[in-house]
Amino acid sequence: MADKILKELTLKIWRQKDAKSKGEFKTYKVHNISTGTSFLEMLDILNEQLVEQNEEPVAFDHDCREGICGTCSLFVDGRAHGPDDDVTTCQLHMRRFQDGATITIEPWRCGAFPVIKDLIVDRKAYDKILQAGGYVSVGTGGVPDGNAIPIPNDKAEEAMDAAACIGCGACAATCKNSSAMLFVAAKVSQLALLPQGKVEAARRAKAMVAKMDELGFGNCTNTGACEMECPKSISIEHIARLNREFLKAKFKD
Amino acid sequence: MSNFFTSSIGKKFIMSITGLFLILFLCVHLTVNLLLLFGADAFNAGCEFMELPVIKVIEPILALGFIIHIIWASVLTLQNQKARPTKYALRNQSKNCTWASRNMYILGALVLAFLVLHICNFWLDFKFGDVANETVTQYELVSQKLAQPVYGIIYIIAAILLGLHLSHGFWSAFQTIGFSNQIWRKRLEYVAYFFAFVFAIGFSVIALRFLIFGA
Repeated sequence: MADKILKELTLKIWRQKDAKSKGEFKTYKVHNISTGTSFLEMLDILNEQLVEQNEEPVAFDHDCREGICGTCSLFVDGRAHGPDDDVTTCQLHMRRFQDGATITIEPWRCGAFPVIKDLIVDRKAYDKILQAGGYVSVGTGGVPDGNAIPIPNDKAEEAMDAAACIGCGACAATCKNSSAMLFVAAKVSQLALLPQGKVEAARRAKAMVAKMDELGFGNCTNTGACEMECPKSISIEHIARLNREFLKAKFKD
Repeated sequence: MSNFFTSSIGKKFIMSITGLFLILFLCVHLTVNLLLLFGADAFNAGCEFMELPVIKVIEPILALGFIIHIIWASVLTLQNQKARPTKYALRNQSKNCTWASRNMYILGALVLAFLVLHICNFWLDFKFGDVANETVTQYELVSQKLAQPVYGIIYIIAAILLGLHLSHGFWSAFQTIGFSNQIWRKRLEYVAYFFAFVFAIGFSVIALRFLIFGA
């Protein structure tokens, strides 16, 4: 079955030359877009058009284009990763849009994620939080035999759910407070649930929260918007666990 | 405990504890107020109970609870505003969170505005005015005030705003202290809606009774 064709789309895109320049919205038109086109492919088509017109193409982040790397971002029509739930922008397709629609495309807006160019933001802040404690530094020996370390199935499942985080930044980008709690919670949870990570759980929670605060992310008010926009559906139950780990650690000091 | 009170979770912990304390106060407040529905004797007796020494001790702690909850909320909200220097041109938040959860500070500010009016209406008279001078009884003062349409309607609106504030605040307080997981989250959300409903309806019914049937 042939895909439907969207005859014309109007794109309102944030253009910003570099980190220091003041940006603005520019309006572009694209024509004859198949509904089977992915959102990023639609931007590729726009960019080819711009190159032909001797204009600077729109800069946007992308890498794997199969929803697993966390590189693509974009705030599309007022929502992180666009109108679909549980997907990254690369997995968003043009069938979600009507012919003749106007689509507003903005970069992540978050003080800790400054815009580098057009739609690309600097997400090093998340790397810095990870560097502050998102690892296991105790000796864990060689690869243990299967089932040598007993881990209850529900704990393994929860840890795996948290580990699904791809660090895309949608949580902080969508949060009304620009809070990075879901990201930090996923990383703390993933390790605190497993025996190898439990050893350093207290130090990790304190260090990662301190770094998150230092980088200027806001304070979580439990609206739950992050879990709705998370392409990996990470639950805010992990935030409850982070709060628990942090408070336990602090009360012991 | 170093840096606890300056950390984001530490500040939220204070919000959560003071919030839960204020909910306890609301439970006592609503219980005594519901006596209004059972006539003058019942309510005046309830007011006598509120004169007990233990209540006198709790009163300044309660005031402190309010003040801390309000100041910390302002500090947190200000920080949260600063965390996003450039705002989005287009936001579609109704798709991912409830209206009450997004507007807790505004709801809180409106409840605070009502609280000031409420203190002027009753508390001052109870402590220093006509009730203290025994020229009117507690029941007479309250019933006459609420029978005035302006006050009756303001009290009903305030009760609904309070309910909305609690519909998010109650479960959020437990989430912040870490008391939530897959199972308890749903339970806490239902209890939050239950509390919100009870307070909104409870206080409204009292105002409605005097609005409709007069003092």
